[in-house]
Parts: sequence; C-alpha cells; structure tokens
Amino acid sequence: MSKREKILIVDDEKIVRESLYHWFEEDNYEVETAEDGEIALQKYEKGKYDILLVDMKMPGMSGLDLLSKVKEIDKDALVILITAFASVPTAITALKNGAFDYITKPVDPDELAHIVNKALEQRALKIENIQLKENIDEIIKPDNLIGESYQMRKVYELVYSVAITDTTVIIRGESGTGKELVAKAVHINSSRKYFPIITVNCGALSESLLESELFGHEKGSFTGAQFKRKGKFEMADRGTIFLDEIGSISPKMQVELLRVIEKKQFNRVGGNELIKSDFRVITATNEPLEELVKAGKFREDLYYRLNVFTIVIPPLRERRDDIPLLVNFFIKKFSTAMNKKVKTVSKEALDFLMNYNWPGNVRELENAIERAMVVGKTDSIMVEDLPFHLSGNNFASDGEVKTLAAMERKFILNTLNENGWNISKTAQILEIDRVTLYNKINKYNLSKNEY
Amino acid sequence: MNIFLAPLRFYNTLLQQNLITELSKRFSSEINVIDLNIDLDEFFSVDRKQYFSTQIIAEAIKLTDNLDGKIIMLTDVDIFVPVLTFIFGEAQLNGKHALLSVCRLHEEFYSGISNDNLLLERTIKEFLHELGHCYGLRHCIDWDCVMHSSPGIEEVDIKGSTFCRNCISKVEGYRY
Repeated sequence: MSKREKILIVDDEKIVRESLYHWFEEDNYEVETAEDGEIALQKYEKGKYDILLVDMKMPGMSGLDLLSKVKEIDKDALVILITAFASVPTAITALKNGAFDYITKPVDPDELAHIVNKALEQRALKIENIQLKENIDEIIKPDNLIGESYQMRKVYELVYSVAITDTTVIIRGESGTGKELVAKAVHINSSRKYFPIITVNCGALSESLLESELFGHEKGSFTGAQFKRKGKFEMADRGTIFLDEIGSISPKMQVELLRVIEKKQFNRVGGNELIKSDFRVITATNEPLEELVKAGKFREDLYYRLNVFTIVIPPLRERRDDIPLLVNFFIKKFSTAMNKKVKTVSKEALDFLMNYNWPGNVRELENAIERAMVVGKTDSIMVEDLPFHLSGNNFASDGEVKTLAAMERKFILNTLNENGWNISKTAQILEIDRVTLYNKINKYNLSKNEY
Repeated sequence: MNIFLAPLRFYNTLLQQNLITELSKRFSSEINVIDLNIDLDEFFSVDRKQYFSTQIIAEAIKLTDNLDGKIIMLTDVDIFVPVLTFIFGEAQLNGKHALLSVCRLHEEFYSGISNDNLLLERTIKEFLHELGHCYGLRHCIDWDCVMHSSPGIEEVDIKGSTFCRNCISKVEGYRY
C-alpha cells in the first residue's frame, strides 16, 4: 500500500477550507483543516503533515507568523501560501522566509495541482511510492495486445528489452497491426509508466493544427482560443509521446520536431515562456522512411534521431496461429459491449477467417467480428455472418502462400477459374499475352480441375 | 442502484440523448431523467459570473430525499468553488449527488473549432468520473482510468474513458 500524503489546510473562511478539503480528498490526500494559526500549530505539533496550505491573512496569528513557527519545528516543512491578489508582495517576502510557493485566489485547478505535486516531488515522497510499486510489478502487456505466435513472442522480447531503457523507438508495420498497442506496451513496462503516454496521429492533422497540438497555445493566440491549452509534449512530461504516422509530417514540422526532441524545451504557440518537458519518444509508420529520405521528403538527421531501435510488427497473414486467440478475445469484448450471448465461432467460419489474407490486419478482423456479432442470430458466429464476399484475391485457401511464385500461381489460377478458363479473356485481364499465359499454366502445372 | 440524470439549464438535447444511449450500454440499471426545478440564479456569483457548485448540490440534497440512487446534475453553465477559477464538476464523495458542467468541455473554447463527438466523449468521461466519486472512488493513478484527476481539459482528453480494474469493482451495475 502506498502512503497517502497528509495535507493541512489553514484558512479562517469555512467555505475555502471546505472547498479545498473536498478537492484534495478526491485527489487521494489525507486532509485536515484548521481555522486559525493557533489550532494549526497545535495540530502540526501532534502529527506531521507533508504539506501545509496557509492563508496569508487570518485573524490572530497571520500566515507569515505560522510559517515562521512551523519552520522552527521543521525547517524542511512545505508551506504553500494562499493570498489575495493585493497581498502578492507580502507573499513574495514569505518565499524568502522559506515558503515553498504561493497561490493567488482564485487559482486555476491545474496550477494548484502542479504546485502541490512539485512540492511533494521535492520531498521525493511520490517518487518513493512509485519506486515501491515498480519493485513489485511484473512485466505487463496491454490487455488487448493478443498473440502467442513465434513472431509476436519476438515482438514482446524486443518490447521488454527496450522498455527499461530510455531509447527512442520506431515501430513499423502495416496499417491495423497494432502499432499503438506495442507503443503502449513499451511505455507501461518502462519507469515512466505512472505518467501518461500521449498519442498524436500526425497524419490526421494539418501543419498548423499539429503545431498547436504538439506545443500547445496561449489564450488568445488565435481566433477562438479563449483558454490556453497545454501541448502534447508538455502533457508527456515524465511520460512518453507516441507520434503515429511520422512519415506524413511536413518539412517545417520535421525541423520543429528535431529541435524539441534534442532540446526537450519549447514555447507554446503565441507564448514566450520556455516550457521544459522530459519525455520519451516512440514513433510509428507504415511508410518506407528510407525511401522518403532518399527522395528528400524526410530529413535524414531526424530519421537517424528516430530510428534508434526498431520493432517490426508482422502482418496478421504471417501469424495466422494467433487468429483463434484474437477471435475469442473480440467475441468476449463485443459480447459484453453488445450484451449478446455469442460464445464461439463455427468451424467453417474459423476456417474462413484462418484462410483470409487480412489486408487490414487485426483491425479488419476486429471489425469483421463486430459486424458478425451484430447480424448473427445464434450463439455462434457462422460463415454467413462474416462481412466478406468470396473473392479469390484475399484468400490463401491452400494454406501458407508466402512466396511470390506461390502468390502468382494462386492469382493466375483464380483468374482462370473466374473466367471459365477462357485464355484470351484471362490474358487480357492479367495484361499479358496468350503465349505468356500458356507458359505460366505449364510452369505452375495448372489444371481446370484445380481450385 | 438507480441513476438519475437531472438537467439544469441544459439545452443540448442531442448531447443528452447520446449520453443516455452510451450510459445505457454501460450500466445495467436504467438512466432516468428527472426535473429538479432548481433556480440557478440563486447561486450566481455576480463577481465571478459563474455559479457556485457546492450550493447547487446542497439545494439538490434538500429536494431529493425520497429518491434512491445516484443523482447527477448536468448543466451548461460555468461552475466554481471558492479558491478555484472553475471546476468541471463536483461530487459528494461516497454520496448521492454530483454536478457536472459541460461549459468548459466545448472544444471551441480551446481551438475555436466545434467538435460534437469530442464533446460527447468528454461528457461521458466526466459523468463517469463524478459518478465514480459518488461511489466512493478517489482519483486513480492509472492514466487509462476515467478516475484519473483532470484539472484541465488536456487531462480529460488523455485519460481513459472507462474504469480501471481496481475502480470498476466499486461502481454498481457497470458492465465494462
């Protein structure tokens, strides 16, 4: 069990004490209140508090007096002063006398949370708790990262070996293979796991939106920006930023990105304050970055900065053994969500799923199961529930079709069968001459009775 | 356990309907809409141009003695508690009442661009969050959990949209 931090709120206004009491109580603190400096001092002498929030202006003992007395008892005591705007100069004096910081009423919730967290981290209380948890936690993977095939076990090995380092990772794989899940697996097995992993889909945003999304903006920095917004790099402080579809960012953003990754500091759009953030970078792409570099579309220096440790996720067609596991996982998932009593998949339907080529990978399989469960009428998924038409092109019905020659053989055979072995028509569709088609038929030993 | 949704000066009927549809999928209990007939003007702060959340909840407590269940009020107006500039919502920890304001969940205040899907997503998260407090849940350290604290809109967006394994056990009738 981690220890709950103890906080003492000292304010003569009942309403202020109550508001702060509830706010910190919900935030998992052990909270006590005192209505004046005397009572606060008595409480402080009896039991140690990790942090004190003290109003500057109180009848009797002032906040400044209380600060001095508390510091006499414990010179490391963390005291945050609450001031009205008018008493800011006094609060600054208080800082010189050992107060940790001050807040001006009313305070932005985000700022209050930030100041309190900063104070506690200074005493390393939170860090100790985190370290305690890290020692007892075992290696974990996200619940929905499914697969026990040899290929996926290799992926897990890479994930676990790189997670404990702070190395930049690039995840490569076709669309729908689960790159985000692998990024998450790296994050939750790293020392950063108690801080967030922030995902940014770089391909979905225009250059200006991406800039604002990544770096944040100040209030009024553009029309409609009524409130400031922290950027994704800021939110990823002590956590991980996952930049998906990295190959699609503009040359200008590539420069910005390189700078922020190297310096770990930036300005919000329309702001002057230099924001520092300690983040780990994980990127993903299904594009051939090397070719983009050669074509001058992706900066070489950024490429080398990102391409430190690569994890390649195999397409689903190369790990068919995982299909039954994935199917069962999705059935369970959608049964709960749809409140349906579907429990299994028929043998015919599973054979069908095992032989399909899955160009859209796991995401396509998930969609197929979801659709089947919507239209299905029984407690088992049947072939007719699946959203496919029997087209030869996406099937590897005779088992593992892995080589180019095997694919070509299968494709030619399917086209011949679809066209009733009409050689002229088939050759026309395949855009080859009839002689070449005959040669292929002989080469692959194709016959009319074969399907 | 019944869940009551009480709109207070809340006029986005489409959002309300979509919220109920989503909650109905997630909870085994029915989501009932009730009218509490609270005059919010009484709780308006002229200085702050916002409504005092704690006092609204106190008024709701007086009016709902006979109701058995959790009562989540939903409003469009901007709400506050003293000391803080604003709050998204307030709840009675391990109690019956909560108030949620969607005012600062609107994306147009941050980017100038309206986004109804994002508004619904944020509303669902914050509704579950306040309801979780009513079931006695405090803030969770898991960023994938809807009970993670969200002092700003950025945290609302990055935290998960459902309860983590630890928190879910405390929320009655929650399916997933």
